[in-house]
Amino acid sequence: MKVIDKPEFEALLDETIASDRRDVVGVQDDGEKYVFDDLRSAADLALEYDVTMLSPKKYLMPQRETILEYRDTDGEFEWRAKAEPDGKVIVGIHPYDLVAIEQLDKIFIDTLRDEPYRQKRENSLLIGANMQDASETAFAASMGTATTDSGYDLMLTDLGETYAVNIGTLEGKEFLNSADVRKATAQEVQEVERIEQEDVPDLFERELDFSPALLPTILEENYDNMEFWEDYSEKCLSCGTCNMVCPTCYCFSVDMIRDLGTNSGRESRRWDGCLLEDFASVAGDENFREEVAERHRHRFMRKGWYIYERYGDIACIGCGRCTSECVADVADPCDVYNKLHQEVQAHAQ
Amino acid sequence: MRSSTTAKFDIGENEYQPVNGLITRTRPFTGADKLFEIQLPDGEELGHQPGQFVQLLVPGVGEAPFSVTSSPTKPGPFELTIRAVGNVTRALHNMEPGDTVGIRGPYGSGFDPDVFEGEDILFIAGGIGLAPLRSMINYTLDERERFGELTTVYGCKEPVEQLYPDELEEWAEGDAMEYFETVDQCPQDQEWDGPTGVITSIIPEVDIDVETTKVLVCGPPVMYKFVLQELDEMGVPDGNIYLSLERNMHCGRGLCGHCQINELYVCTDGPVFHYPVVRDKQEAEV
Ligand SMILES: Cc1cc2nc3c(=O)[nH]c(=O)nc-3n(C[C@H](O)[C@H](O)[C@H](O)COP(=O)(O)OP(=O)(O)OC[C@H]3O[C@@H](n4cnc5c(N)ncnc54)[C@H](O)[C@@H]3O)c2cc1C
Ligand code: SF4
Ligand code: SF4
Ligand code: FES
Repeated sequence: MKVIDKPEFEALLDETIASDRRDVVGVQDDGEKYVFDDLRSAADLALEYDVTMLSPKKYLMPQRETILEYRDTDGEFEWRAKAEPDGKVIVGIHPYDLVAIEQLDKIFIDTLRDEPYRQKRENSLLIGANMQDASETAFAASMGTATTDSGYDLMLTDLGETYAVNIGTLEGKEFLNSADVRKATAQEVQEVERIEQEDVPDLFERELDFSPALLPTILEENYDNMEFWEDYSEKCLSCGTCNMVCPTCYCFSVDMIRDLGTNSGRESRRWDGCLLEDFASVAGDENFREEVAERHRHRFMRKGWYIYERYGDIACIGCGRCTSECVADVADPCDVYNKLHQEVQAHAQ
Repeated sequence: MRSSTTAKFDIGENEYQPVNGLITRTRPFTGADKLFEIQLPDGEELGHQPGQFVQLLVPGVGEAPFSVTSSPTKPGPFELTIRAVGNVTRALHNMEPGDTVGIRGPYGSGFDPDVFEGEDILFIAGGIGLAPLRSMINYTLDERERFGELTTVYGCKEPVEQLYPDELEEWAEGDAMEYFETVDQCPQDQEWDGPTGVITSIIPEVDIDVETTKVLVCGPPVMYKFVLQELDEMGVPDGNIYLSLERNMHCGRGLCGHCQINELYVCTDGPVFHYPVVRDKQEAEV
C-alpha cells in the first residue's frame, strides 16, 4: 500500500487531464445528483459521494454505439465492423461498480469476446474509491460488494490529508510513477482495514436477511409463485428504467441506420431491457414474456439465478440504483429477495 | 450437439464483421415464403451443420436470424427460406439476384449427422419449421446409406403455405423416405386432396419403432407442447427427441439476452436442443 498527499494526487490528475490521450472522467456533483462526467479539473472530483446516477458501465458499453459501418461505392459493397478503442481514465469507482465491471469482463472478454467492449475496457484505467457514503437504497454490504480487492488499477481510501492507494495492476503502478508517493505505515494499513471492515458496512441502511449464496435456490423455488410476481409487478410501468440504470445489465438491441440520401449507413447497438414489452417477442404475435409479471420475474431470475448458473456470479451488486429510479417503487431487489426468502421459510414450516 | 459461437470463414478479429452474400437465385413459393440462394465471396462454402443459422443483414434495414435450409452436402451457394413478416423479411423479398446482403455465421448448435448415424429418424415439421429441418432431411437423403428408416411429417395451416413443392413430391413418390402431410384446413379457393387436421392428428399414423427412432421437431411455438404430448403417449423416450426452438435474437453470440431460456441462450446453446436439456427449463415452454 502507498500513500499520496491529496494535493499531490490532484496535481497528478490535473497533469493526466492535460496530457493523457484519453479522456479523464470522474465523479462530480451536478447540482442534483452525482454523476460520472468529463473531468476538467481534479478539484471537481466529489469522492465523498453516495452513488452515481449511472455506473461507469456507460463508458465501456455506451448507451448507443456504432458497431458496424457499410458503404456501397460504385457497386463495391463493403462492411466494416467497428470497435472504438476510446478507453478512459475513470476516477472514483465504488467497489460494487468494480465488481459489476468484473462480471462484464468475464462475459465480454473472457468468455465471448466482444470487440467493442474489449477495446474500451483494455484501454481504460480504473481508479476506485472506497465508500464514504451510501445511498439509502443500497445493500452492497449484504452482497459482499461494499469492498473489493480486485477489479481496479488503483484503489483510493480517504485518510483525511492523504489517500491510501492500493495498487491492483502494473498499469496502476505506472500511473503513479511521476508522483511523490511513499509507502504506507503500519498504522495507515490498519486504518484502511478498519475503514473497510467497520466504517463501510455501517453506511448501509438496508440488508438482506440471509446469505446471498441462497439466492439462486430461493429464486428457483419461487419461479411458480405467480401470486407473488403478479402482486409485486401490478404497479410496474414496463418502462425499463430498472434495467437501464443497472451496472450488471448488459442486454442490447441492434438497429440499422441508413445515412439519408446515400448508400451508406451503420449498425448501432443500444441498451435494451427485459422489462420492455417487446423484448422477447417474435413474428406471428408470439411474445414469450407477454405479461408484466413474467418480465418482472425474469429480471430477478436472471440477476440471482440464471447468470449464477451460467457464470457463477450473482448479477446484482446491491447498488440500489433500480430502487431509487423506479417511479412505481417496485424495483427494489433487497425487498424482493427478503420477501421471497420469507415465502420459502413460511412454506417450509 | 456441437456448439459453435464463431464463424467458420475468416471474419478477422471482430465477430460482428459480416461478409458479402450475393443473392444468386430467388424462388417464390405460393404463400408468403421465398427461397434465396446466397453465394459467399470467392465461392467459399458456408461450412454449416444442418440446423445452424446465419445472421443476415439487409443494408439500411436491419438484421435477423435465418436457418440454413440447404444441406451441407449441396456444394456451392447455400439457401435460406424466408417468410415475409416484418421489416427485414419484407425488404429481402424485394431484393433480386445480383443484390448483396451481409452474412455472419453460421451460428448455434445444429443436428450433428454423426449422432444420427445408423438411426431411424422421424422429422416433424410445422409450417416454416420445415426450413431448418430440410437441411437435415436432404442431408440424410444425400447420404442415404448412413441412416436407417426415414419418415417426415409436415403440417401447414393451409395448402398455399407448403414449401418446396417439387421436393415434397419426390419425398412422397420416392422410396427413400416415408412422407406424410396435412393442412389444418383448406379454404375454398385452394385445392387439397390430402388429409386435413392439425399435425398431431397424423403423427399416430406413422409406422416407426417408437423405442429407437430419433425424432427431430421444428415448428411454431404452440406446436411443441402438443407434439411432445403425442410423442409421449406413443412411447417415444424423451432422450430420442431433438427440438429446434425460435426466440427473438439480436446478436447470435450469447450476449444480447433476447433469446434467453433460463440460463440457456438459444443462439449458442440452441437452436437445436436435445429435449432433456430444455424439458425442465420453465422458460422453454415445451
Ligand atoms: C434461429 C432462428 C432461425 C430462424 N429461421 C428462419 C427461417 O429459416 N425463415 C424465416 O422466415 N424466419 C426464420 N426465423 C424468424 C426470423 O428471424 C424473423 O421472422 C425475423 O427476425 C423477423 O424480422 P423482420 O425484421 O422481418 O420483422 P420485424 O419488423 O422486426 O418484426 C416482425 C415481428 O418479428 C419479431 N422479431 C423482431 N426481431 C426478431 C428477431 N431478431 N428474431 C425473432 N423475431 C423477431 C418482432 O418482435 C415482430 O413481432 C428464425 C428465427 C430464429 C431465432
Ligand atoms: S420495475 Fe419500475 S423501473 Fe422497472 S420497468 Fe417497472 S416501473 Fe420501470
Ligand atoms: S438490480 Fe438494482 S441493486 Fe442490483 S445491481 Fe442492478 S441496479 Fe443495482
Ligand atoms: S441472440 Fe443475442 S444472446 Fe442470443
